[in-house]
Amino acid sequence: MPPTSMEVTVDELKHLVSPRALAGDTMLLNMGPQHPSTHGVLRLLLELDGEVVVTCIPDIGFLHTGIEKNMEVKTYTQALVMTDRMDYLNNLGNNLTYCLAVEKLVELDVPPRAQAVRVILTELQRISSHLVWLATHALDLAAMSVFLYCFRERELILDLFEMVSGQRMMTSYIRPGGLWRDLPPGFEDAVRRFLKAFPARIAEYESMLTKNPLFVDRTRRIGVISAEDALRWGLTGPMLRGSGIGLDFRKAQPYSGYEQYEFDVPTGTHGDTYDRYLVRMAELYQSVRIIQQALDRLPGGPFISSNRKFVPPPRSELGHSMEAVIHHFKLWTEGFPAPKGAVYVATESPRGELGCYLVGDGGPKPYRVHFRTPSFAHLQVLPRLSKGHFVADLVGIIGSADIVLGDADR
Amino acid sequence: MSHVEYAAAMLREKFGDRIPAVEEFRGQTTVVIDRGAIRAACQLLHDDPRLSFDLLAALTAVDYWPEEPRFSIVYQLYSLQHNIFLGLRVPLLSSSPEVASIESVYPNANWHEREVFDMFGVTFGGHSDPRRILMPADWVGHPLRKDYPLGYEEVQFTFNAAEIDRRKAYAKE
Repeated sequence: MPPTSMEVTVDELKHLVSPRALAGDTMLLNMGPQHPSTHGVLRLLLELDGEVVVTCIPDIGFLHTGIEKNMEVKTYTQALVMTDRMDYLNNLGNNLTYCLAVEKLVELDVPPRAQAVRVILTELQRISSHLVWLATHALDLAAMSVFLYCFRERELILDLFEMVSGQRMMTSYIRPGGLWRDLPPGFEDAVRRFLKAFPARIAEYESMLTKNPLFVDRTRRIGVISAEDALRWGLTGPMLRGSGIGLDFRKAQPYSGYEQYEFDVPTGTHGDTYDRYLVRMAELYQSVRIIQQALDRLPGGPFISSNRKFVPPPRSELGHSMEAVIHHFKLWTEGFPAPKGAVYVATESPRGELGCYLVGDGGPKPYRVHFRTPSFAHLQVLPRLSKGHFVADLVGIIGSADIVLGDADR
Repeated sequence: MSHVEYAAAMLREKFGDRIPAVEEFRGQTTVVIDRGAIRAACQLLHDDPRLSFDLLAALTAVDYWPEEPRFSIVYQLYSLQHNIFLGLRVPLLSSSPEVASIESVYPNANWHEREVFDMFGVTFGGHSDPRRILMPADWVGHPLRKDYPLGYEEVQFTFNAAEIDRRKAYAKE
């Protein structure tokens, strides 16, 4: 009789479980891909000794949509919309990373106003992403009210995104060379209103969790990783900073003018779930600080580069300039060519280092795009983090890694 | 001499003609390395305190089909201490798409190498867990290869699945 598919799967993973599982001393348990606490479609094969995790084998790819392959057949401008769909909690950050890579490849300058708006929007995005993380992480650990509070504030940020781009999530607002449109009237006031109210809200979340014995018991000394191990395993972002290494690409390799703003890089000491929580909460305040500064000295001027070889001319020019019509036609039919060569750009996404490796071949379409995504790197270390913990804590550890499966699988 | 140049010079000194070229593009340095030397080069870059590239930031591949050498495996290393990125590139011929795994130096290469294997069919010698990672385990073909079609596939139903399967040449390598 042919083996059932379940046996085939376990057979294939035989070399990863301990010999005790094969003898039947421990239990193999399938968790996900439809499990609510796996933050998407993550499947884990757990080997359990009673309630304690012996090994955990992540199985990813359920959300693999071939984004990198799809981008190869689109022009540089068209390919941008694919990036929205990758990490769906960091749409503007993905737009930005891809645009920075394109701009580096074709040597395109971005006007200061666009740079500042990019910073404001990606920091708002960081706040909204952290809010989803906090909401679901707390919900996993049975704190229902935090979830509702966080989603309340996230709506305000999504409204701001809708204001600029017409879309709550799939924004495609940041374009190679600058932005799609200038900021709409009333945007600055709306952001200021949000900034005024938000710090008190963060304090509200903190009052519900930071000293809550139930929350602290479930997070302290859970999922510990040392600083050396975190580096060896390629962790970045809050996962690395929670272990005490203050690497932040906004500081280390500033882009979009981050060097002009004053902000701190919060770090933890123990590298456990609780410290990662503290780091992300502190980052919320830092993002507010950055947005405040960027708003206060938001420069005027153009919102997109005027280099007509890469950026389409405004509508108003088309009526009286033949050259503008030619550029418009060329850019919207065949796109702009990029030289032969490869660039790598690293930015700080809410989760960690988001890198874009972009290869041009002289034509108008990217020859190869690769995204180095933080969720992929962080999922890999899950077996190490969860070893020896209870199944119930595994849920908290997944939450503290702040993974987005769309980001991991692309 | 910038620190990136220093690292490239040190690799050159140590590996000599196994480093055919050092590429400069848009201010980024990529050292081209013979596939036999990649693990030793990574070991040197990681261990030497003057270099200390302690983070493997990215590992991916590019398919230049039908040109030869067809594949390029690309590594992006980051040094926390010196705050620099260094790219490494290993060209591979289509006749033997195989390179040594650097898992022993950078453990996180494990999944990245599995992804490259899954998407390009490049195998990594000495890899501890050489399985597919994103595609289903029984998938045939490697989607990110340039000779792998994108879309325009006939939809397979139970009555014509076998017939369409016979026409799919690329899936049968």
